[in-house]
Amino acid sequence: MNDIWAAVDAAARLVAGGDRHLFGIVLLSLKVSLSAVAIASLIGLPLGGALAVARFPGRRTLTVITNALMGLPPVVVGLGVYLLLSRAGPLGELGLLFTPEAMVVAQSILVLPIVTALTRQIAADAWTEYHDLLRSLGAGPLRAAATLLWDIRDSLLTVVLAGFGRAAAEVGAVMIVGGNIDGVTRVMTTAIALETSKGDLPLALGLGMILIGLVLVVNAAAYVLREAASRRHGSSAR
Amino acid sequence: MSDAQPLLPLRLLDVRYEVGGRRIVDGITLELEHGPRTVVLGPNGSGKSVLMRLCHGLLRPTSGELRFNGPQWLDGRRRHAMVFQRPVMLRRSALANVAYPLALAGVKRIEQRRIACEALERVGLLPFASQPARVLSGGEQQRLAIARAWALRPDLLFLDEPTANLDPSATQAIEAAIQTVHEAGTKIVLITHNLGQAHRLGDEVVFLSCGRVAERAPVERFLRSPASPEAAAFIRGEMPWT
Repeated sequence: MNDIWAAVDAAARLVAGGDRHLFGIVLLSLKVSLSAVAIASLIGLPLGGALAVARFPGRRTLTVITNALMGLPPVVVGLGVYLLLSRAGPLGELGLLFTPEAMVVAQSILVLPIVTALTRQIAADAWTEYHDLLRSLGAGPLRAAATLLWDIRDSLLTVVLAGFGRAAAEVGAVMIVGGNIDGVTRVMTTAIALETSKGDLPLALGLGMILIGLVLVVNAAAYVLREAASRRHGSSAR
Repeated sequence: MSDAQPLLPLRLLDVRYEVGGRRIVDGITLELEHGPRTVVLGPNGSGKSVLMRLCHGLLRPTSGELRFNGPQWLDGRRRHAMVFQRPVMLRRSALANVAYPLALAGVKRIEQRRIACEALERVGLLPFASQPARVLSGGEQQRLAIARAWALRPDLLFLDEPTANLDPSATQAIEAAIQTVHEAGTKIVLITHNLGQAHRLGDEVVFLSCGRVAERAPVERFLRSPASPEAAAFIRGEMPWT
């Protein structure tokens, strides 16, 4: 028990003291996960909107697949990207394996189905309410989808956050394609895994605290933003 | 309104609409001319809403023909508009809600604002222009929906029970708005359950029963001495089918 408290104490001092090594890891984590979420959102938000609005053959199948992919195991994604980027793989010439870029690719793949599927769900619900009106007012399919996404933008913030939560918390994919190289591809989750197995509990705990704190802060900020937005635009629930 | 062929009359020839084997509109032949305000009456499930959606192009008839005299689109704007029973407000200001269809039609920004303000003024909502549309009351939202539908100056405006579930003063404000639209030269086609409203707002009645037109008559005559037994029963408040 004493060991644990000693570790917590040491961890708190690491965090409070602004340990450079620790904050380097935090910064890289943020860079990788935020980039991945940005890429996944850029593709996933319009894609989810299109899946909700457009009618084309294979739409149901695509929806089921997207929903299923939300549960994609990170290690499997890591393995897939590893095979693609490894020297012998089809994209081996890019030399991306064991770089932060490779980690961004892997996390983007993980986050994309989450953003797409959740966006589709929210947009589809809104579409049942909007679709007669937008057609009546003369909006074409593209314009209607854009209007729809803009109108549910407050809810989409939650979607993006869910994506960020997934990216920031996963360890399997970044471990495999990044390699957990100190100072190059070591992020919070891989560092925690490594330090725990090495027995360096203070660093692991300190990183754990920051990780949880970060997710808390991001979610709190989003909550405040949503509250403010629903006061400004009027609640969606009537 | 312009040199183009007038939109009306709208001619329906033996229009049917079926969904899941149920025939909701069962062979309607009807001609709607410019001018008189048409009130569509009928019990629940008689096909009023579906008929209106067919006319407005939100639904496609299973069979039969539905033809406007002139083109339905003119310079990027649709020449008929619709106000729904439950107003759907875009999550933006009242003014932006009215400007939205103008933007779709390619109207210049400054013009959008001017036209939207004028439309809001007509329905008495100008003081609420910058308010979020979704915080307005139900009656105000419905008036906003009328302003939005009317912003493009359609030749024909469909209204599907616009005062359902509203209190008398909100209903009165909406009826005044509809009257304004009528006086500006737009043909009104209105669904209602309320005989008083039919009397106040209508010139002629199209009475539907079981997906067919059971009777069509000037409103006074329809209310005083309906010719069909279904309409007579409806007016007496005895609806054997409900």
